Amino acid sequence: MTRLSDPPVGTATAVGLSVERVDARDKLAGKAEFTVDLHPPFMLYGSVLRSPYAHAVIEGIDTSAAEATDGVVAVLTGDDLADIDPYYGHALRDRPVVAIGKVRFAGEPVAVVAAVTQSVADAALASIEVTYGTLEVAASLDAALAPDAPLVHEGAVRPGLAHGLGALPEREGNICYRYGFARGDTESVFESAPVVVEGDYLFPAVYQYSMETHTTIAHHKGDDIVVWSSCQHPFLVRQEISELFGLPLDRVEVIVPFLGGGFGSKSYTKMEPLTVAISRKAGRPVRILNRVDESMVTTRRHNMKCRMRTAAGADGELLGREVELWLDTGAYADNGPRVTATAGDAAPGPYGWKAMDVRAHCVYTNTGPSGSYRAFGSTHVQWIGESQVDEVARRVGMDRLEIRRRNLLPRGGEVRPGAKGVDADLVGDIEAVAAAIDWGAERPPNRGVGISIGLLAAGAHPVSMATVRLGPDGGVTVLVGTTELGQGSRTAMGQIAAEVLKIDSSRVRTMGTDTAYTPYDRSTGASRSTTVAGKAVEEAALSVLDALLETAEEILGVDRAELTVAGGAVEAGGQAIAYQELVQRRFGLAGGELVGHGRVQPRGKSGGFADGPVFWEICAAGAEVELDPETGIVTVLRTSSVADVGRAINPQLVESQDEGGTLQGLGNALFEEMRFDASGTLLNDTLLDYRIPSFEDLPAAMSCTIVENADGPGPFGAKGCGEGVLAGLPAAIVNALADAGVAMRELPLTPERVWNQIRKQRIDGASSKD
Amino acid sequence: MSETVVTTVNGRVVETAVEANELLLDFLRDRLGLIGARQSCEVQVCGTCTVLVDGMPVSSCTHLACDVDGKEVETIEGLVGTPLHDELSDAFVRHAAVQCGFCTPGMLLTAKALLGTEDVATEEGTRRAMAGNLCRCTGYRSILDALTEVFDAHRTPRS
Repeated sequence: MTRLSDPPVGTATAVGLSVERVDARDKLAGKAEFTVDLHPPFMLYGSVLRSPYAHAVIEGIDTSAAEATDGVVAVLTGDDLADIDPYYGHALRDRPVVAIGKVRFAGEPVAVVAAVTQSVADAALASIEVTYGTLEVAASLDAALAPDAPLVHEGAVRPGLAHGLGALPEREGNICYRYGFARGDTESVFESAPVVVEGDYLFPAVYQYSMETHTTIAHHKGDDIVVWSSCQHPFLVRQEISELFGLPLDRVEVIVPFLGGGFGSKSYTKMEPLTVAISRKAGRPVRILNRVDESMVTTRRHNMKCRMRTAAGADGELLGREVELWLDTGAYADNGPRVTATAGDAAPGPYGWKAMDVRAHCVYTNTGPSGSYRAFGSTHVQWIGESQVDEVARRVGMDRLEIRRRNLLPRGGEVRPGAKGVDADLVGDIEAVAAAIDWGAERPPNRGVGISIGLLAAGAHPVSMATVRLGPDGGVTVLVGTTELGQGSRTAMGQIAAEVLKIDSSRVRTMGTDTAYTPYDRSTGASRSTTVAGKAVEEAALSVLDALLETAEEILGVDRAELTVAGGAVEAGGQAIAYQELVQRRFGLAGGELVGHGRVQPRGKSGGFADGPVFWEICAAGAEVELDPETGIVTVLRTSSVADVGRAINPQLVESQDEGGTLQGLGNALFEEMRFDASGTLLNDTLLDYRIPSFEDLPAAMSCTIVENADGPGPFGAKGCGEGVLAGLPAAIVNALADAGVAMRELPLTPERVWNQIRKQRIDGASSKD
Repeated sequence: MSETVVTTVNGRVVETAVEANELLLDFLRDRLGLIGARQSCEVQVCGTCTVLVDGMPVSSCTHLACDVDGKEVETIEGLVGTPLHDELSDAFVRHAAVQCGFCTPGMLLTAKALLGTEDVATEEGTRRAMAGNLCRCTGYRSILDALTEVFDAHRTPRS
């Protein structure tokens, strides 16, 4: 880890330090509780019957044998939902809680059994008889976009509760959402440009694989509902459960223990409606614990096809870009519209185009739903755009770092019409990742290097609240809705409060989320927690500090300007009063506490959050690869990334994020791919045949440069991180492989695919010499 | 169908009837309340459910409870409080080798089994030996650094 600037000496008490993460010891002892470790009294075990067909009419379900099974308490089917509007979906309200009359993907829940043990539930499931009438299947983008394609959904699109996408367009065949923007006269730019690079590209479906699969316990008690869930966005889950089951928000409580990873797979609403529905019928708490194959069809990363072209001058000036892309959102939209818009935003790349035209389409198919996965949108398109920039450089004979230096947007430059301008030093960032892999050094044959840079619209909707409580013993409790998925949010939030209050961060405790007590937070995703929720924590702590100073003024009889704060005490004229004493003097000996509230919202006093996106996350990476031309095996020798974070609240946590993102980027680039057959069946639905990176895939060297220009809207100038490298690295690897001689237009870079491309290039090369 | 199993778990003798098809993971979690081993892949790939049986790491998700009859089982709860656990924990904390923590107990137990063996005499060997424990959060570098530090400290010098 390299930090490009050191914190100002003597000012930081907690922020900027790599303090020990607050949850590490419990996790090392196996004591940290995840949802699967909880057992509310009288809890039942749920088992989900899933459709074997990707598109079929349900002609009948016979659950009588299951219901008669000893130990079975309830069996849920679509018929049990007649008294509610059973459709949900935060973007498009297109998904029934359980299949009603029809299934749209292989793996769609058709029935749920709740029983006293898991094995009783599983056994009873096998006795349910479902009669299906199969329908024609559209299991791929090409099948779904064909003129005579079967429709996955026939009705009109209903907007969801939290789509944040403005006016939604009408559904058009299987296209459920469209996004686009343009600037300048693309046609004339491309007509007159001396260099045009163009191609068709494919990106695969990818599984997030958080090691903890989706796990939910729900208890519908009649007048209120309690949900314990491995979810990233508890307040949005609460909203959808409230709407579905017709109870007020304050009667729905969502409690989030530690999450065993998320990476987007647990964003928005997943297994919660189904679990609440079976609990409603059973009258007892029910747990549904997904297997890996079930989680794989609960959510995944969108596979995509893309057509892109780039126009440039003979001097390497980047002139125009035209992009059309189609993302496969599966049978239900989930977060597909947002992923589509973010991919569109990322498609131009951070360059000063004279003209650009982006059109992005979100497409229904008869496969499991696609949703969020770390750095969505940018991971999809950055490797395409950046490989075209490299191709332009090769054609005009310019160094690939130099072409970026000349064309990257300056600070404030327009990324797309209507959006916040560039808020980072892009040239500095790309130079850092290039330097870290010895750009320009001589290399042996079959080696290549690549760099890439892009922007990811980050921060989501900037609404977060926080509460900070200072007790009479000087201890501080932070209540904030960010969920701890492993990223270290509880540690970072504690550091922010500790810094404001000038106390040791070990005196701060940051709690898990319980929507009944924790103030509202929109979501944990889009790299927003430190920036948005962290800002709310800073404001809440400042409010507590204000009360401390007010009390000190009264006791000491001095003006605020004469007060200083250090070491958990307020001082004036050589006299220091500890916080404990201030609280006790304010309230008397009985105790009491100081409570501060903070909030971030797009409008009003938090001005940095008025324009969207909250910030542009920088996606910069470098890679050196070695190609074995006989086998097509690509080995990543070393990688580099930049964490352009404004201010590192905890540098070690920042570096950890980039290291984790690096290995996921490596998996996405080299071998991760979910494969569906033409009938819509997922062929590799276990970890045996869907491989993720292991210790053996770790590159020999990884470097992360932390850039701190204090240019973020978050606390102490911070802005988010942790996703950028996942978009940046596949692009750097693709460019490094092209540098080694093989230009690829389809991911992942499996040996077979690379070997075939080598062979094709040899044949093309030989025939062009004839 | 059930049968009686007599086993030692974390140093305590346990005698109980188990179902013939009962998994060791469920036995430990549901009967004994030892929650540190957790289910993930269910096909012996990820290592999240790793426990030690007679000192060797096994995937408790695919190991029958009746097969630990007469054997010694160690879970993370048994490792806690030992000098080795302190040493591993300190190294993991120092290198920031814990994120979500779901895989962590399995990592530590596999590490205990490998300690002092030739398998982990080199970093290359450690990578190979640890490849049965997956982590999706950290990117492995920090875990490898922490483990290498502990493995090196426990290496018997060659004469």
